[in-house]
Amino acid sequence: MPRRNDINTILIIGSGPIIIGQACEFDYSGTQACKSLKEEGYRVVLINSNPATIMTDPMMADAVYLKPLTTRSIKEICAIENVDAVLPTMGGQTALNLARDLHHAGFWEKNNIKIIGVDIDAIDITEDRQQFRDLMERIDVGQCRSFVAKSLLDAKEIVLKLGGFPLIIRPSFTMGGMGGGIIWNEEQFERKVLRGLELSPIHEILLEESIIGWKEFELELLRDDHDNVVIICGIENFDPMGVHTGDSVTVAPAQTLTDKQFQLLRDAAIRMMRSIGTFAGGCNVQFAMEPGTDRLVAIEINPRVSRSSALASKATGYPIAKVASKLAVGYTLDELKNQITGTTSACFEPAIDYVVVKVPRFNFEKFPGVDEELGTQMKAVGEVMAIGRNFAEALNKAWQGMEIGRAGLGADGYEVLDRKHVRERLLKPYWDRSLQIRNAFKLGASIEEIHDVTYVDPWFLQQIRYMVSIENRLEGQTLESLGRDELFEAKQAGFSDKQIAWLLSQSATPVTEDQVREKRKSMGMLPSFKLVDTCAAEFPAQTPYYYSAYEGENESEISDRKKIMILGSGPNRIGQGIEFDYSCTHAVLAAKEMGYETIMVNCNPETVSTDFDVADKLYFEPVFWERVLDIFEHEKPEGVILQVGGQTALKLAKHFQRSGIRIFGTSYDMMDLAEDRGKFSELLVQCDIPFPRYGIASDVASALEQAEIVGYPVLIRPSYVLGGQGMRIAVKPEELTEYVEDLLKTHPENVFLIDHYLDHAIEVDFDSIHDGETLHVSGIMQHIEPAGVHSGDSTAVLPPYSLSDEVIATMKDYQNRIAKAMHVVGFINVQYAIKDEVVYVLEANPRATRTIPFIAKATGRPESAIGVKVMLGARLSEFDLSSKLKHYAIKEPVFPFDKFPEVKKELGPEMKSTGETIYFMEDFEDEHFRKPYEFKNLYLSR
Amino acid sequence: MSIQERKRATIALSDGTVETGFAIGYHGTSGGELCFNTSMYGYQEIFTDPSYYGQLMMMTYPHIGNYGVSSRDDEARQVMVAGVVVRAFSWDYSNTMADSDLNTYLRRNKIVGITGVDTRKLVRHIREKGVMNAVISCEEFTAGELVEKARNWVPMEGLELASRVTRSEAQTVSPEKHRYRVAAFDYGIKQNIINSFTHREVALRVFPAKTPFEEVMDWNPDGFFFSNGPGDPNPMDYAVEVVNKAKETGKPMFGICLGHQLMALSAGINVGKMYVGHRGANHPVRNEKTGLVEITTQNHGFSVLPETVNPDVAEISHVNLNDGTVEGLQFRNFNGFSVQYHPEASPGPHDSSYLFDEFIERIKQYRGN
Repeated sequence: MPRRNDINTILIIGSGPIIIGQACEFDYSGTQACKSLKEEGYRVVLINSNPATIMTDPMMADAVYLKPLTTRSIKEICAIENVDAVLPTMGGQTALNLARDLHHAGFWEKNNIKIIGVDIDAIDITEDRQQFRDLMERIDVGQCRSFVAKSLLDAKEIVLKLGGFPLIIRPSFTMGGMGGGIIWNEEQFERKVLRGLELSPIHEILLEESIIGWKEFELELLRDDHDNVVIICGIENFDPMGVHTGDSVTVAPAQTLTDKQFQLLRDAAIRMMRSIGTFAGGCNVQFAMEPGTDRLVAIEINPRVSRSSALASKATGYPIAKVASKLAVGYTLDELKNQITGTTSACFEPAIDYVVVKVPRFNFEKFPGVDEELGTQMKAVGEVMAIGRNFAEALNKAWQGMEIGRAGLGADGYEVLDRKHVRERLLKPYWDRSLQIRNAFKLGASIEEIHDVTYVDPWFLQQIRYMVSIENRLEGQTLESLGRDELFEAKQAGFSDKQIAWLLSQSATPVTEDQVREKRKSMGMLPSFKLVDTCAAEFPAQTPYYYSAYEGENESEISDRKKIMILGSGPNRIGQGIEFDYSCTHAVLAAKEMGYETIMVNCNPETVSTDFDVADKLYFEPVFWERVLDIFEHEKPEGVILQVGGQTALKLAKHFQRSGIRIFGTSYDMMDLAEDRGKFSELLVQCDIPFPRYGIASDVASALEQAEIVGYPVLIRPSYVLGGQGMRIAVKPEELTEYVEDLLKTHPENVFLIDHYLDHAIEVDFDSIHDGETLHVSGIMQHIEPAGVHSGDSTAVLPPYSLSDEVIATMKDYQNRIAKAMHVVGFINVQYAIKDEVVYVLEANPRATRTIPFIAKATGRPESAIGVKVMLGARLSEFDLSSKLKHYAIKEPVFPFDKFPEVKKELGPEMKSTGETIYFMEDFEDEHFRKPYEFKNLYLSR
Repeated sequence: MSIQERKRATIALSDGTVETGFAIGYHGTSGGELCFNTSMYGYQEIFTDPSYYGQLMMMTYPHIGNYGVSSRDDEARQVMVAGVVVRAFSWDYSNTMADSDLNTYLRRNKIVGITGVDTRKLVRHIREKGVMNAVISCEEFTAGELVEKARNWVPMEGLELASRVTRSEAQTVSPEKHRYRVAAFDYGIKQNIINSFTHREVALRVFPAKTPFEEVMDWNPDGFFFSNGPGDPNPMDYAVEVVNKAKETGKPMFGICLGHQLMALSAGINVGKMYVGHRGANHPVRNEKTGLVEITTQNHGFSVLPETVNPDVAEISHVNLNDGTVEGLQFRNFNGFSVQYHPEASPGPHDSSYLFDEFIERIKQYRGN
């Protein structure tokens, strides 16, 4: 069936600000949906309150509403836009809930707006435990066994029937699941059962078998109007049941299932999708399987695109959201082409010839006192995906891409091999489980021992043991004795030159990463680049989506065009999120417009920048020096753009400089100067610009000494960090001592700064673009909270709401002087503190900042594109720099404190928010301004 | 097996391409047509599928052996492939239901294999140059000698192999109670085809490939099934003859894979060698009658030439969505239908199992008449 002609205008609901559990994967899916529907000639109307999204760019939809995601906003939009249909499956649970609320209120029906891509009534079933259970029973899909008990005696009998502990207890009809939980053993049994029976108003409990430790799988499905269903990807969780899939290391395809078992999953998944309505679109199904049996239990079904479907898209190359959108408007799968091959059908199930590993990224260090144990509620803030020709390679690569300073899965000098510590870390699920498993093998643990405490499938353990066996063999060697075969095997297993250097240094003279690189290059041992093609090479593919591997054939052919390499921002984390992917994506598009062939390197599967149709060439690789240099040496571009990928890319600047590689835009020396407080202060002195008194320290004693000189309160900060990582305010020497000691643990190589902290000062974020001569003021944002609250955590208003003309003029003057003095070509952000009408410079960032996308959305000016084009040689005079902002735009941060109930809400120089929204207001009577203004001082802590 | 114990092995293609790796399975030399399979699951079912008899099977998914081997996954009594080519072999496995690891299993079945080769490169090579013969060896041969061996290996075209894998004696496989009797010609029948019938209350008598038709009729079947199998159907005159005799009975006939090709040949439709062939578990096939798409298991290097399908003789009932090849025929002048792909799956999706039901429905109707 071809596209539906009874609808013209389609409303897409976005997912709003980035929160834990709902991140930029929905920008990716929303962007794909917009492109896909516009391609078909539909008019697309979009609502999303998140300014840092590509989907809200003017080019993506015919009408974009940057409004709060409320039913009220949607009603208002529908009243204006003559909407025929709504697609609520691209914006996560937020969008689905909004659509459902409006459905129950009869809004869609009353306004004759069709819901496409999902069956709204079916959602109620999927989210109601009992209804879901009943449905699964009807379609013969397994469920956890459970029995109702009305007495302790009943309960005892049930324990026997269910085969012992652990068990899940759920008292009937208690509020918020009170009294529910896990009964681990006999000791807890009576107490918990009696309490449950007491708590339940009808004195009844449900005892359910525990499936903690079972194998966990996910399947991604697509279905069309003809009821054709295909499975796009099967994913196996390395972490068994008990850890949220978003917090689990996951692997595609499933590794430990026989075909018969996989087909059980496939058949059940198809039955499940068919049981929840007849909609055309995407669906995610999660299963648990009892180890050693074929017993299958359905966990949940999500009738929408998800984080997992974004992962599945990147893992297979199959654009799930794009195709799901086409299916939602009436196409059938067999009418669509596989865009990767261009010749075969989209109605198929991708076959992959590599292993994909996803490792989640956490930010616990920002939340002192947080419970780090992983459970059923997601805690990760981002993720890394890695592709290899074997599991070891993919896992090592994932750790290289994590941006936590690691060179792979251990073997890089950071692990302390303490038996007790390792055991403790393995007894419960923690974020570094795969690393601790490696450590356990290093300490001589057996597969059985590790399996007994972690329940991780032995196959994965065998693979990690294999990695450790490579480590052990390298450890006894020297650079000279290391043979070709052994080196090649280590490279095939994903070990970085840095890891190999560390291993060789264990028993002999120290070896550097460069020496290993030199040695392998002298042997001609270079990575090849293989294509992600959805079909395991069965058909030729056109799409330039590559990963590296150490083996024969290199499929990445080099064109003779002029090229540029753009480094992405790695996994999302607090302080470096979607804003940088936004700028990366625009950098690619801008460089394309300037005639360059663009080469994107990134490892974050949730991003738009890693969509195969964004850059001319995509290398899905860790933004890790060795990998980046390998790609650079293969492609030989004119240079690199580092200033859009946040700190990830910037950290590599010195390596590029040392290797003589051209960095576009502001020079390396000046980027380095901006991070070097001493040199930067000299520059400010030369420019006659005031700044807070500061000192430099490297240990507790010097810190205390400096603090006395600059005067308390003081702000402690390490260099080269983003999101204020490790930054604290100390009001007295005792606090300072404590913080410095902490800091030395996490940032051992760093010198750090002791700034005098200007209390009760106003903070301002000033973004601009300088083309070498002229300065373009992108935006000046005044924070509502006082200086000391990280700029990412503050509520900020564009343009300033209470600064005098003199102050603004002074800032503009300073900004100009700094840009000139630093010879900035491209972005320059300066942060100011204003106290008693004196303007102080806090720091300067010659790169695209977190606020650039916000300003772009507020003003309607493509700031990222302008900045990048200037870096590549354009002049500011070539652009239309007029602003469309009529009144004020306010940036409102969103925090994850609800996910960490044990952590109290405090704001300080270390950033804690995960996302932000934009809100347009006319005056200061608006509650979006009044509320934060009223509470502006409340949460400031340290 | 520890890395130190690994033995070097070589794979040489008849066009001179040579790759080295490490020996798996039986240590020796073996050759055949080098083909690849894109299934990510079900290696054991593939290795024991008689249709692959005489072929070197290269798996595109790198890790093979992860869950060991188990007798419940055998499709025949022995391993049928002539050799195995893998990228990252799993020496260890994880599966408490397994009987052994894959390496031991291959060795016990005297199957030569190689791991650690850039399988993707070889797949691309075959895709460009077409399937060709190859030799795997971990014995003392020079690369040149191995290429020479590959060149001299018997080509698949014109090769009759069904009689080598068929059983020697007829065998009845019957569920506890059965409603119908089907005579199955074993040209290399997969175990799961047999199971697909018995699970539907059909008693099957499986006959050796060259059983005289009269002997089959003595059993008084309600319908005829022509199985999958290896090799080129063109030299199988004996089988086409049987198909023709079966037609005259008017009883329902069903063919899978090689059986499909034989039924086509009997109707004057030509079957030719494909450039690369279809081998995997993800091929989309559209049922032209319902318009619905099935994801199918495929395993064939020969196929029906569409230009020779006379619409008066047969209707093309199923089409491959990727390349438009003929996947199913509905014959007009006799009571039969056939598919090129594998509705019995194993390995692969179960989307097409309805074809067994349709066949049984035909038998029911025929008997009703």
